[in-house]
Amino acid sequence: MCGIAGLIHRGNTSNVGYELQGMLQALKHRGEDSTGYALYGKTDGENFIMRFKVGENVGEGSTSVMEDVSVYDERKKIVDSYLSELGAKIIKEERILPYSLRYEIQYDKDLMEFSQKIESVPGVEILSMGKSLEVIKDLGNAEAVCKRYNLDKLVGTHAIGHARMATESGVDIKSAHPFWGYPFSDVSVVHNGQLTNYWNNRRALENKGMRFMSECDSELIAVYLAEKMRAGATLEEGMKESLTGLDGVFTYFVATKDSLGMAKDTMAAKPLVLYESDDLVAMGSEEIAIRSVLPQEIDTYDPFDGMVKVWQI
Amino acid sequence: MANLKTSDKKTKAQTMGLHSEVLTGKTQQKFFNPDEAENFYYFGTYDVDFNKRTEIDVKNMECREANKKIDDLMKEGFGTIVIRNPQGKHSLGVGILNKLNLIFEGSLGYFGCGSMDGPIVRINGRVGWSCAENMMAGKVVIEKNAGSCFGAAIRGGDLICKGSVGARTGIDQKGGTIIIGGDAGAFTGFMMQRGRIIILGDVGINLGDSMYDGTIFVGGKIGSFGSDAVESELLDSDIDWLKRKLKVAEIGENFDVSKMTKVVAGKKLWNYDALEPTEKKGAI
Repeated sequence: MCGIAGLIHRGNTSNVGYELQGMLQALKHRGEDSTGYALYGKTDGENFIMRFKVGENVGEGSTSVMEDVSVYDERKKIVDSYLSELGAKIIKEERILPYSLRYEIQYDKDLMEFSQKIESVPGVEILSMGKSLEVIKDLGNAEAVCKRYNLDKLVGTHAIGHARMATESGVDIKSAHPFWGYPFSDVSVVHNGQLTNYWNNRRALENKGMRFMSECDSELIAVYLAEKMRAGATLEEGMKESLTGLDGVFTYFVATKDSLGMAKDTMAAKPLVLYESDDLVAMGSEEIAIRSVLPQEIDTYDPFDGMVKVWQI
Repeated sequence: MANLKTSDKKTKAQTMGLHSEVLTGKTQQKFFNPDEAENFYYFGTYDVDFNKRTEIDVKNMECREANKKIDDLMKEGFGTIVIRNPQGKHSLGVGILNKLNLIFEGSLGYFGCGSMDGPIVRINGRVGWSCAENMMAGKVVIEKNAGSCFGAAIRGGDLICKGSVGARTGIDQKGGTIIIGGDAGAFTGFMMQRGRIIILGDVGINLGDSMYDGTIFVGGKIGSFGSDAVESELLDSDIDWLKRKLKVAEIGENFDVSKMTKVVAGKKLWNYDALEPTEKKGAI
């Protein structure tokens, strides 16, 4: 059934990695096949942070094929050479896990061309590209992923995350949420629900040059919104269009470098609880997620059907 | 197991205008009779004293542990129990088949007070999805908002939310009364079969979609009517009943009930045509 959570500190920063971990861990009963974080941290605003993977987690429960670490090394080498060809300069390089890397890079050209080149390497996927956004996703529950990637110290303004029960695609990182809003920097999406016109929309979007990395229906939302924004729509306009453009039942969150939004389908079939105050907005599939950051008595509500809301930091 | 003695004379509730609908089809009409409450009991229930009061803090308890604690306290004769720090936990206060004053100082998660029969519950907070699902009798008052599927499939009792509620309120409702002080979401009264829903505020799209029976009263705007839901004339007896009900519920004190919209089933859906002749005679 999956669980989603998000929070945005308005005019302030906080330890969003730790906070989101608590929210997602409270939702682990909704699915712990994989957990993903989209964290919006403080940056100098100049360099891109690229989170990418050169392979899959093939641990217990994974549906991926086992590969040798030497394969990952080879892919990394090719990525490095492509970066050089693209004119991107690596400022800082971290290999967090054999298959998961974080690069800080200087790059000022087209992101679509960049992404297509990097992802032309088989098995390589950019999880996120942004000057504020970092997407971290892996198999296991929120606590396990947080520990594996040392996320609990990450300071930022806002974050969205997802605890996944795999239903329509594999137990692997590529199908895990959040999805990056390729080719826009700093855009990420998490989703709870099912989309029933996935293939029709996917074919139409692929014809327009958009890329899909998985067969997870939730990825469609990120690509759908990215295409709307590429055509000139604002984030909120794109989200409102999605209420009719996407068929099925869904509640989703989308975040950019300075905003966080939510949309709920017209059937209101998927849960969402919302807390709003002047300095903090927190939301989740269940109230217990919000309670992990706000244990005191608070006023919360369920957004109505067809509601779209966007908050700025 | 119930041991309910029946009587030919009209019950107090029926004299007041409640339970006036004629139940049709293959089901059998059987109401709890407050005049004969002493003859109505479940095995495993306890004799409690409302003046015997206690408090428990469930902050560090799992829901099962908290529910067991409530049961243990009832066994000891406590008739008033205050629950502190529920903190949005799921399934608290479920399956209570006893007289009890239960007070939650905080919010509940999913399925709060589900499948209960008899208690009077006050929740000084919000409730998540499916609050009081399958309630048979009793009264639940929520001081703030409620999630979707509020009062799903309730058979009896009063379920009152002073704030707004989510989608599908009273879905599959089979009796009792649901009262909403604020707004209600889409598909309110979806497939309801009996009972009444009162919404003082606005209501979303597809109100009363595919409802079989029952009545919905709306004070504000209606997003749209669902399949086979139709507007009906608001009778004087409806107005009297609404006034009485709102007064008892301590909600909408100055609300002008005479301007409410009454919604009932049009009974034109295919399922009515598909009934056996004997069933059809009673249903339409």
